[in-house]
Amino acid sequence: MMSSSLSIVPVFRFSDFRYLLTGLAVFFLFMLLPDTGLAVEPLQEYPVPPPPFSEGIFPCSDCHRDLEVNTKKRQLVDEHQDIRLHHAEQVRWCLDCHDANDRDRLRLTSGATIPFTESYLLCGQCHGTIYRDWRAGVHGKRTGFWRGPKRYLLCAHCHNPHAPAFVPLVPAPPPLKPRPGNDRVPTHEKRPH
Amino acid sequence: MKNDSAKSVELDRNDSVTRRDFLKKSLVGAGLLTLPGLLPGCTWEEFSQKHFSELAPAELEQVLRRLKDQYRRCYGREFQLSATGPLPETAFAYALDLSKCIGCRRCVYACAEENNLSRSDPQIHWIKVLRFPNGSMNPEDAERYYAPDKVPEEGYYYMPVQCQQCANPPCVKACPVQATWKEPDGMVVVDYNWCIGCRYCMAACPYDARHFNWAAPTLPINEINTHTHYLGNRPQEKNVVGKCTFCIQRVREGRYPACVEACPVGARKFGNLLDQDSEIRYILEHKRVFRFKEELNTQPNFYYYFS
Amino acid sequence: MTEQSTIKGLLLLLVKGNRWYYLWLASLVLLILTGACAYRVQFDRGLIVTNMRDQVSWGLYIANFTYLVGVAAAAVLLVIPAYLYNWKPIKEIVLLGELLAVAAIVMCITFVMIDLGRPDRFWHLLPKIGRLNWPQSMLAWDVVVLNLYLLLNLLISWYVLSNLYRGTAPNKTLFWLLICLSIPGAVAIHAVTSYLYGGLPARPFWNASIMAPRFLASAFCSGPSLIILIFQVIRKFSPLKVADEALFKLAEMVGWSMFVNLFLLGAEVFKEFYSNTWHVSHIQYLFFGLHGKTQLVPFTWTAIAFNVTSLCILIYPRTRKNLFTLNGACVMMLIGVWIEKGLGLVNPGFTPTPLGEIYEYLPNLREITISIGVLAFGLLVYTVLLAIAIPIQTGDFRARTDPP
Repeated sequence: MMSSSLSIVPVFRFSDFRYLLTGLAVFFLFMLLPDTGLAVEPLQEYPVPPPPFSEGIFPCSDCHRDLEVNTKKRQLVDEHQDIRLHHAEQVRWCLDCHDANDRDRLRLTSGATIPFTESYLLCGQCHGTIYRDWRAGVHGKRTGFWRGPKRYLLCAHCHNPHAPAFVPLVPAPPPLKPRPGNDRVPTHEKRPH
Repeated sequence: MKNDSAKSVELDRNDSVTRRDFLKKSLVGAGLLTLPGLLPGCTWEEFSQKHFSELAPAELEQVLRRLKDQYRRCYGREFQLSATGPLPETAFAYALDLSKCIGCRRCVYACAEENNLSRSDPQIHWIKVLRFPNGSMNPEDAERYYAPDKVPEEGYYYMPVQCQQCANPPCVKACPVQATWKEPDGMVVVDYNWCIGCRYCMAACPYDARHFNWAAPTLPINEINTHTHYLGNRPQEKNVVGKCTFCIQRVREGRYPACVEACPVGARKFGNLLDQDSEIRYILEHKRVFRFKEELNTQPNFYYYFS
Repeated sequence: MTEQSTIKGLLLLLVKGNRWYYLWLASLVLLILTGACAYRVQFDRGLIVTNMRDQVSWGLYIANFTYLVGVAAAAVLLVIPAYLYNWKPIKEIVLLGELLAVAAIVMCITFVMIDLGRPDRFWHLLPKIGRLNWPQSMLAWDVVVLNLYLLLNLLISWYVLSNLYRGTAPNKTLFWLLICLSIPGAVAIHAVTSYLYGGLPARPFWNASIMAPRFLASAFCSGPSLIILIFQVIRKFSPLKVADEALFKLAEMVGWSMFVNLFLLGAEVFKEFYSNTWHVSHIQYLFFGLHGKTQLVPFTWTAIAFNVTSLCILIYPRTRKNLFTLNGACVMMLIGVWIEKGLGLVNPGFTPTPLGEIYEYLPNLREITISIGVLAFGLLVYTVLLAIAIPIQTGDFRARTDPP
């Protein structure tokens, strides 16, 4: 009894190495597959309106096609200075989310790339529980039919991905306080009956 | 279940024939004598209209036609007026995420436009957004007329209140003429043509959710919503009570209520409790929900939660 | 033939009278017409012309209704000593008390009708023809008991008067049956009206089991004090004798009723302020004002002062048996209870609203004008009833026994 339980203790043997090699090979093969996003979200489609790009900025490749790719993390000085990153900026910069080679797509940590219309996959990598609620239609806004086709909003429709805190709004006017004993009959608006 | 309810409706219809005859016989004399002088503009047809549940299909058709004529004359617009019945296998419920609501009142005005509510004198809002200081849910600390430059404000949270479509509605119990009742799919509705305007239901409602049309509604012609339901958003009558119906005219067609669509932060959730995959079931299963004034045992179909 | 002469006689009774009688009738009619004109505007434009709003959706009309239900119920305070104890001084005037109940209920019903948004749909309240929500709705109960009580009082008065008129003896069994119904009837109209308020969990100020006893106690204050005052007017302007003894006995009962009324009020005040829950805000609004809104406070303390003073006057025999102080006490009690059971009951129930809003309601001139019109209408009804009843009771108007 004693001896058999002791045999659980792993002892590395050279013959095991082939398993490791096979595993690594499968992994790299997988990485070489075209980026379909299949591994992340194969089951359901989330119809969304067009992503909220600034006017005239998309497709990004219009400008980036002719630019050399520079993967060094740095302060941008020529373009995009309007973007202030307030989103875990200490550990992140542009090319963590934007694909270096195809600027019209976003990049997951797996290396797979996705179109902007599927950006929720990107956000969902960190914000798992919120992503779960969003898929259920509970986080964020969903419009359309409670019994029928629904339209989702992308995370980016409400949260600026570079500074995601929700921006305060101007509230609609407060209700009118009740006016007692009002005899005036407004003429500019129609009263039936 | 379904057969039973169909049967009871049938019985009601049969019963209504004799009742109608009796009514006509007994009231024709008295009514005709006193009415024309008393009520300018009120026709005999309008005066003698039966309770909604007693209208035979043909009679209902006639009532809808009459109302559409009336609206056409008044507003110069062609109305779509339906009386779609309750949906089978459906129990509507609502959930509102208090962590998300920023108190912007978009829902309030979307509701007023969707439901053809009087804009001023009186201004009627079926949704009230209360602002509470953090740490309190005492209505006495609530402020409804807050007007900062931007919302949300530091130190406050916001709680919109509308009809909670109670399963045990005190207003329905109060009404002396059964002008208000709970539909099988969950909405508490009012037959505006049956309400006598006693306002007892308003005294009975713990949520301030019932609103009296102190005058005929003021509606800008170009903002009128002509897509209407008899029990919902048709232009309100003078001196009767109206209330939120979860937008019966929309939800019975499968759409979301107007307030859900208007909410910019997605705090408002709506769906069918009997549907396993609905948002509302998800919320009940995954969030810690509560109901407003639970101690009164009104059993709202309106859930609040903090996410 | 006799019937014709009876009707002719009745009409004669109505038109017969001195200058003061005509002046009285004319001023009542004038007030009624003024009220009717004011009501016409309310009917055309909607209740928006009143000061009521969603925040306080009942006002002066329902306040008056509640108060007058009390006045109507008070007839029972005459019926009990008159018929159960067969006490002669009150037995002679009990009929006038019952007629007052009739007039009071007529006013109650009128107040409800003018408060209705759609009085044209009153027929929805009729059982069978409409859809009376009985037994669910307390308002349906109220409609039923008020009308039954009205009917009962009319029956009793008519039965007593027609027997007096013909000089016949009433059927004892029938008479006792009616009397025995009218006593619980009086309690019922008041209890049901209190349940109308007390059955609403949305309004903690009303949602109290003490409501029904408080309603009864205050009814036995306001109703009989009105009767005491009216009877003095009647004995001054008509040949009918009303013994001082009867007035003093009534006053004594009123005094003790006020004692009970104040005790019950005290019980309620203690419970609210000592337990100091969220519900305290309503009674706080009533007594001290809330968040600087103090419109009702002077009324409340006036009522308390009047009620306590009149209690002292009526409990102490010397002041009770002095007509001057007695009348003073009765007037104070009428006002005190009107405030307590009127706006002092309706307003704080609505203020603050279930969502914490404070809208300070006081009636506007139009509501007051309409209310005065209704009161005048009630007085007109009472005057007409008295103009018929008093000559019959004094024996001046009797069926002619035609010689064969």
